[in-house]
Amino acid sequence: MSVYEPEALIAQDIDAYLDQHQHKSLLRFITCGSVDDGKSTLIGRLLYESKMIFEDQLAALEADSKRVGTQGQNIDFALLVDGLAAEREQGITIDVAYRFFTTDKRKFIVADTPGHEQYTRNMVTGASTADLAVILIDARKGVLTQTRRHSYLAHLLGIRKLVLAVNKMDLVGYDQAIYQAIVDDYAAFAASIGIAHFTPMPISGYQGDNVTTRSANTPWYQGPTLIGHLETVDLDIAADQAKPFRLPVQWVNRPNQDFRGFAGLIAGGTVKPGDQVRILPSGRVTTVSRIVTFDGDLAVAVAGQSVTLTLADEVDCSRGDVIAAADDPCQVADQFEATIVWMAAEPMLPGRPYWLKLGTQLVSATIQAPKYQVNVNTMAHLAAKTLDLNAIGVANLSTDRPISFESYADSRDLGGFILIDKMTNATVAAGMLHFSLRRSQNVHWQAFDVGREAHARLKNQKPAVLWFTGLSGAGKSTIANTVEKKLLRMNRHTFLLDGDNVRHGLNKDLGFTDADRVENIRRVGEVARLMTDAGLVVLTAFISPFRAEREMVRQMMAPGEFFEIFVDTPLAEAEKRDVKGLYQKARAGKLKNFTGIDSPYEPPEHPDLRIDTSIMTPDEAAELVIALLLGEL
Amino acid sequence: MSVELTHLRRLEAESIHIFREVVAEAESPVMLYSVGKDSAVMLHLARKAFFPASPPFPMLHVDTTWKFRAMYEMRERMAAESGMQLLVHQNPDAMARGINPFDHGSLHTDLWKTEGLKQALDKYGFDAAFGGARRDEEKSRAKERIFSFRSANHRWDPKNQRPELWRLYNTRKAKGESIRVFPISNWTELDIWQYIHLESIPIVPLYFAEERPTVERDGLILMVDDDRFRLKPGERPVMRSVRFRTLGCYPLSGAVESQAKTLPEVIQEMLLTTTSERQGRAIDHDQAASMEKKKQEGYF
Repeated sequence: MSVYEPEALIAQDIDAYLDQHQHKSLLRFITCGSVDDGKSTLIGRLLYESKMIFEDQLAALEADSKRVGTQGQNIDFALLVDGLAAEREQGITIDVAYRFFTTDKRKFIVADTPGHEQYTRNMVTGASTADLAVILIDARKGVLTQTRRHSYLAHLLGIRKLVLAVNKMDLVGYDQAIYQAIVDDYAAFAASIGIAHFTPMPISGYQGDNVTTRSANTPWYQGPTLIGHLETVDLDIAADQAKPFRLPVQWVNRPNQDFRGFAGLIAGGTVKPGDQVRILPSGRVTTVSRIVTFDGDLAVAVAGQSVTLTLADEVDCSRGDVIAAADDPCQVADQFEATIVWMAAEPMLPGRPYWLKLGTQLVSATIQAPKYQVNVNTMAHLAAKTLDLNAIGVANLSTDRPISFESYADSRDLGGFILIDKMTNATVAAGMLHFSLRRSQNVHWQAFDVGREAHARLKNQKPAVLWFTGLSGAGKSTIANTVEKKLLRMNRHTFLLDGDNVRHGLNKDLGFTDADRVENIRRVGEVARLMTDAGLVVLTAFISPFRAEREMVRQMMAPGEFFEIFVDTPLAEAEKRDVKGLYQKARAGKLKNFTGIDSPYEPPEHPDLRIDTSIMTPDEAAELVIALLLGEL
Repeated sequence: MSVELTHLRRLEAESIHIFREVVAEAESPVMLYSVGKDSAVMLHLARKAFFPASPPFPMLHVDTTWKFRAMYEMRERMAAESGMQLLVHQNPDAMARGINPFDHGSLHTDLWKTEGLKQALDKYGFDAAFGGARRDEEKSRAKERIFSFRSANHRWDPKNQRPELWRLYNTRKAKGESIRVFPISNWTELDIWQYIHLESIPIVPLYFAEERPTVERDGLILMVDDDRFRLKPGERPVMRSVRFRTLGCYPLSGAVESQAKTLPEVIQEMLLTTTSERQGRAIDHDQAASMEKKKQEGYF
């Protein structure tokens, strides 16, 4: 059955066997195919053929095959790999699963990724760690939309080794003409999206043709078997080690005063004691003293190894910094163009800050509206204002501080990033940096002699932002107005920014979608910040429905200068008042995206002040706000 | 000229990277230590990750009081050797009720292990716990993330796990939530044995064949490790040359008859044998998906 007959060696000379297996290399690959392409069957066969299935598992498999299998009385290899109980009942894989098998030459980690359209996310996840992709095609169906999508995604994620496995050849009578037509068809498509090279092969996962042994059914095929190819394909180890040295610092090892080591996994290149290195983003240059490991100091360390370096000088270096070749460091920037794969049910909100994790760096980042979205079936560019679940687009983004990076094409480790929602902590997107925007290199912060302290001193006050948030009609503007009048009488220099008024000018290009609401608040936040730099006490009256944006504005301000005031009026009460008649319109469906009706309001969890308008007058509320500002609460 | 990295070196580098990532980002990590071979490898990797420092977290043994004596000896030895703090938790409720594997069946595992683990994590306030589970152990584990998030009441929600791309792990979490981290997810049983061999990692002698007092029950060979073992009428311990492929509570761990006294011989037997690792463990026999259910309830 199998070409692997390791039993003989194991039985005769276990030491020789162990020695052989300790020198195996590792290949990670993904399999992609449509629902019925026979992917699980092929993976099941690979496991089976490499003797990774034990007798008891085989017995269970045979029993399962008879009970729920789709292959009649024969073994249904797919049952070996289909996983979680619910999925098994549905008969489809719905997540990424990792499988393992080994031959004498290599260990393999297989990411099993599903073919359904809505699971772009899972395929991207599986492809991110793969060196090679096996694209499965049903010989009866030829190149399908899904085939194009899988190939595009594999290519997008930087996989340059593709195997085109034309499967189910047994069901087309091992017909060479059918095979060749599919390969030609695919070749034309591959060239159109920039895939320079792929390795086609005719196989049958079910019958085992050309999986581990050359099949007598395809005498016209001269290429390698699937396993033969996977065992021998070049792993790019030499190329990775020839790249310039990069070590993203994960952790500073400081067990005592005499030792300070910088730990991390080498993302590219080679390092030796004595090498000159540059710490990024600071740019300080120093020399590597030692490469410290549990097994003794190393004379050389290479890409893919986890090591600890010590440096000759006492330079500032901590988690998030990158230790790079001094004469060929990576770039540092804070504005980029990137491809973004959106992975959350909540759509992307341009302008909203997300956490961005790249290498060991975690920064706050905002994404602009996409330049375009890619239709993953046709690769056509579409206009888009946002990105929904499983959408792929290209957009500019900026980070709140410079990060060390490389383009994704040069380095997965320093060019691939994830975006994290600041409220839910969910991973909402994956991204790949293309390049930094030139303007980020050319726009510098200008320092002036008259600073914010001077402005504030002249006015004899401490700048502040009094941020009123609450439903439409809650009383924000009324209370803010009363507060401002009182402050004026106290000789305070103030300015009131009102939601309706700002939308007549600065923000008149914005509507009321979630994305526009985010941008509205971002701009108001920036204006309020400039006004605090000018020394003013700023009052703002905006619904500002989302916690994330209110938090973003808080982060913009100097510590202690932002006060979130929750004007808490129940929806029923605000609707009853309906000063502007807006609730009536919204209820009648004449006004879309109205907060409280068909757009959410996220009340503050820990406001600096909560005003219950059902128990106090605007004047009493204003007194409370002033007490808050003066630090009397 | 390039340096070749073997599959074991690449697995090692990945595991070390995971350990460091957690220590850099979690507030209070802990390593769950079960004294078995997977724990032995995990501990070894942790020591490598932080050398020359000791691993900057304690090791936690959720004890059932029913482990093999040789396991308790190994636990003390490894704690001393690694320089790590050893925490032992025994569920006081299970202790008071005298829960044992002879009378209480699966309740024994539920209370001592599942409940005991939750109690210990809550007691010390750990927000990240390293565990030695591997994806090749069982079908549902093939889909488990390396970083697995648990709600404040320790439940695992298979529909709500985060995608893991590249080497980027999102470790952010709300207060009360915790992470189970599996640094050896991508190791197989064969990798584990080869690595133990290559690195000369100390493991409990029970993994090697030796003459031991045993009885045979329901198709399992059980070792009579101390006088708490309840012999049935007419049952007599018989000396057999046995070893264990997996270690747990001694009255629940099935031995295999074996002559393998050295590590290469054990690996040789493992490779030539045709029953998978978990068969010696009583927990999985009920249903194919039972591990998944246990996981949702908080079993590691």
